[in-house]
Amino acid sequence: MELSLATRIVADHAVLEVGGEVDVYTAPRLRERLTELIDSGARNVVVDLARVDFLDSTGLGVLVGAHKRLRPVGGTFSLVCAKESLLKVFRITALDQIIPLHETVEAAIGSRADGAGQAPGQTGSGSLGDPGGGGPSGLGGGKSTGPAQ
Amino acid sequence: MATSRVRLAFTPAPVHVRTARLVGVAVARRAGVAEELLDEVRLAIGEACTRAVALHRQYGLADLVQVEMSDGDTYTVRVTDRAPVEAGLGLTALPPDELANESLTDEALTVGVGFALLAGLVDDLQVRPAEEGVGTEVCMHWPLRSAPGGTRRWVGE
Repeated sequence: MELSLATRIVADHAVLEVGGEVDVYTAPRLRERLTELIDSGARNVVVDLARVDFLDSTGLGVLVGAHKRLRPVGGTFSLVCAKESLLKVFRITALDQIIPLHETVEAAIGSRADGAGQAPGQTGSGSLGDPGGGGPSGLGGGKSTGPAQ
Repeated sequence: MATSRVRLAFTPAPVHVRTARLVGVAVARRAGVAEELLDEVRLAIGEACTRAVALHRQYGLADLVQVEMSDGDTYTVRVTDRAPVEAGLGLTALPPDELANESLTDEALTVGVGFALLAGLVDDLQVRPAEEGVGTEVCMHWPLRSAPGGTRRWVGE
């Protein structure tokens, strides 16, 4: 499935909704979009992986890269992910200890007040096995720019 | 039981890695790998092919990346690159405390994470010099749920 990218603004957060497969072929487009967001001044970035079917090490590298770019400028970076197949990837690589993971966009945005995210399984509403867990619908307007190519 | 083989070779370009994943999972399903393992098979084949493509690009090699799938006692996937052996064997998984290292390049991070994924996903994983010519081979095995004809058979029993 082709990569799709859509950005919207929720409160003072840039929420990047990603769909499809993030792999060695498509990850450069995700990197470009995140770089554009950060270069344009976004400091609180949430990447919603709810519609991602596949994520490999190249995609993980892009996410960690964005996390590392935001940290020195006082920004925040977090992920929304409720799929067990993806959570397993974060656990195996120990990246769940580096990047805050949340079940929903609401939880990701709400956690900012705490200054850090929570480990999978410690987040708020819903369950990690809930396939509908990451649904961000209903949150405010902002711009939408997807799907890419 | 006769071993069935499928071979695939592709130009070392990222766009072809997805094709290798799709073929690898299709053959795995037909061979009798349990459904619950197919996500791991897909990811592991993708990581092994991504690693090979990265090595070929790093060394400017136009040689084809080779993937061989076979279903003897286990479902076996071998991904062979043609990069110098010392480069292929030198890749290691990054320890967790290195992941947030600011000085780590994105490329080094991806390589380390990729190898961590391979090692974490595949119980029976070998990285060794290619059987023929220059290069390294990533060899991965998964158990088969059932033999052709419906007899249940678990590797190790």
